[in-house]
Amino acid sequence: MPERIRHAPLDMGKATFPKAKIQLIKDQCKGCGFCIRFCPQKVLEESQEINARGVHPPKIVDESKCLACGFCTAVCPDFAIFIIEKPSKEDVKNG
Amino acid sequence: MAKKEALLTGTHFMNGDIACAEGAIAAGCSFFAGYPITPATEIAEHLSERMPEIGRIYIQMEDEIASIAAVIGASYAGLKAMTATSGPGFSLMQENIGLAVMTETPCVIVDIMRGGPSTGQPTMPGQQDVMQARWGSHGDYEIIALAPSSVQEMFDLTVEAFNLAETYRVPTLLLADEIVAHMWEKVVIPSAEKIRIVNRKKPNVSPEKYMPFMPDYDLVPPMACFGEGYRFHATGLTHDEYGYPKTSSSEVQERLVKRLCDKIRRNTDKIIRVEEIMLDDADIVVIAYGIVARAALSAVKKAREKGIKAGLLRTITLWPFPQNQIAKIEEHAKKIIVPEMNCGQMVREVERAAKSTLVVFLSKLGEEPHTPMEIFEAIRRNC
Amino acid sequence: MVQEIMHPLSKYLREAMIPHIWCTGCGNGIILNCFVHAVDELEMDLDKLVVVSGIGCIGRSAGYTNADSFHTTHGRALAFATGVKLANPELNVVVISGDGDLFAIGGNHFIHAARRNMGIKVICANNFNYGMTGGQQGPTTPLEASTTTTPYGNIEHPFNLVHLAAASGATYVARWTTLHVRRLTQSIKRMLQKEGFCFIEVVSPCPEIFGRRNKMRTGLEMMDWFKRASVVENFSDPSKAEITPEKLVVGEFVNIEKVSYEKFLHEKISQINERKVGW
Repeated sequence: MPERIRHAPLDMGKATFPKAKIQLIKDQCKGCGFCIRFCPQKVLEESQEINARGVHPPKIVDESKCLACGFCTAVCPDFAIFIIEKPSKEDVKNG
Repeated sequence: MAKKEALLTGTHFMNGDIACAEGAIAAGCSFFAGYPITPATEIAEHLSERMPEIGRIYIQMEDEIASIAAVIGASYAGLKAMTATSGPGFSLMQENIGLAVMTETPCVIVDIMRGGPSTGQPTMPGQQDVMQARWGSHGDYEIIALAPSSVQEMFDLTVEAFNLAETYRVPTLLLADEIVAHMWEKVVIPSAEKIRIVNRKKPNVSPEKYMPFMPDYDLVPPMACFGEGYRFHATGLTHDEYGYPKTSSSEVQERLVKRLCDKIRRNTDKIIRVEEIMLDDADIVVIAYGIVARAALSAVKKAREKGIKAGLLRTITLWPFPQNQIAKIEEHAKKIIVPEMNCGQMVREVERAAKSTLVVFLSKLGEEPHTPMEIFEAIRRNC
Repeated sequence: MVQEIMHPLSKYLREAMIPHIWCTGCGNGIILNCFVHAVDELEMDLDKLVVVSGIGCIGRSAGYTNADSFHTTHGRALAFATGVKLANPELNVVVISGDGDLFAIGGNHFIHAARRNMGIKVICANNFNYGMTGGQQGPTTPLEASTTTTPYGNIEHPFNLVHLAAASGATYVARWTTLHVRRLTQSIKRMLQKEGFCFIEVVSPCPEIFGRRNKMRTGLEMMDWFKRASVVENFSDPSKAEITPEKLVVGEFVNIEKVSYEKFLHEKISQINERKVGW
């Protein structure tokens, strides 16, 4: 949550949060680190792996924290990361 | 909605600039972009009135660089396009003429030659852009340039310039001098069925299989246009047959640049047009183009009256240069006289092509072209 | 596992041209990403989209987009695009180019295309220097910035691009940074749906060429500057939209309606012909 919002929303308890699957195309990554730095939920971190371009691609620390905001998808200059939103429980219930 | 007639079939009294504009319309030119410059302005003025009334596009751009860029854009969007200018503007256009060569853009550039260098003599004639037309843009390339000698030819050769541009996917130049452009003469505009119109070759493969720069046997690739679903890329960078940049490959550079030259070089016989007058037995041959060729014709006729075996070769096509015709002249001619309104441009090509014949150059600069008498005197002195 | 994962936006890119040439930490990829994202969200017909670019790093983006595209000579993208748009007004013509291409060598074409209100959409990547040639001073280089041709600090006042675009008559003017990916994508969408000349400046990190000479060695450091200094001031006076180390004013500055050149022209053409019928 951005720091300047001091109070949690009043209906926070009732809200359900979307979940997502994060897809990394590791060998397309050039290692700029934008997705890691600017993920609001800090879901990613730099891995120790070395990819085809000789850089450390990100790795997923905790996918369950991801709220499917898609910022990483949009800020990636190399089209190397995207998310697939998982259907929420209500969606499944409603078919 | 009734549109005004595009083709003004009939006999008219026109100046060269207007005849050129009407020639463009007759050839199917649907886009004109230009910038005012003496002595080519009348082409723009005339088209600013004519193009909208027949539902075609006229735009005045911010400079000549923009004019030629817009012309290339319009051609890639599917229209036959033209711009017109004079020396200084022609200089500004050179970089994008190279782009048109590299991207194989059919388009017509009219250069009404005035006296240079620099601003020079805006209202005076010249033939000083002949070499600029050939070598003005950087890099190696071949280009087509036509030189009209009459107002009728301003019409005819403009149509021809479009046909050549569309056939070979090459920017084609109309190199006229100020006198031909501003002279008023009779022009006969034929009916539509009597005017030969060539349109660019279109691809006959599906978009998935289309390679925008894959040539046919004639070395010219079929041309898709923007918005037709082919989704292709074109660039001024050295590119492969897909149109994708290949800036580090010597093989692609060699293949591309040689083809750009060869598609013209191998077709010179089809492209080149000359007028041969009394050449068969000529001892002394005058080679001229543009307005000077008319004075040369009088001089040659006068020489014949005096019993001198003179002949005239009028080079209608300046580029590619008709060197085979020069070789033919050499079979009988003892001397060649080249009168030009410059300090020696086409004469260099003549000297290069003439292996054994003496070439005499007759230079004239300024207000007037050579008089028939001046050329006749040169013939008499050299016979 | 050999299964290949396809990026959902990959259909908008030319497979043969990817990976792109841009450096690590360069913002050009983000601009391309946001652009194709906007095209995707609008479900635009790719067959009717033409992407034109000039010379420079971002100039390669035309080749990366899977639409009709043309990579023109330096500075001439807008003049070329003018020809395309007039020849076929049905096409959506987008120019993606850099600050040097559009405002130095191509500056004249920019102000005149904006003045005419030609229906062209312009995205300008502003990286404060000439990246492709190795980092020379350009029309947007900030005062005192160090570049390969201003080793003692830049003494030329930079252009304020949004002010210039607004003053020249653009109907839509916005500035974002490559960190404002959502607003940038929304802005591109808005621009693509408008009629006349539209302009978006995207302040973009160039760490390898510009940043390392100016105490921002990585893309992250440059993006941190954008984060720290950016202030959204929508519809504020573009002449006051400064870019300084302390404050980087972003937002939408102009969004007006004005008849485009091509619409005017075609109205004129039909008027001429109607009048001729009456005679």
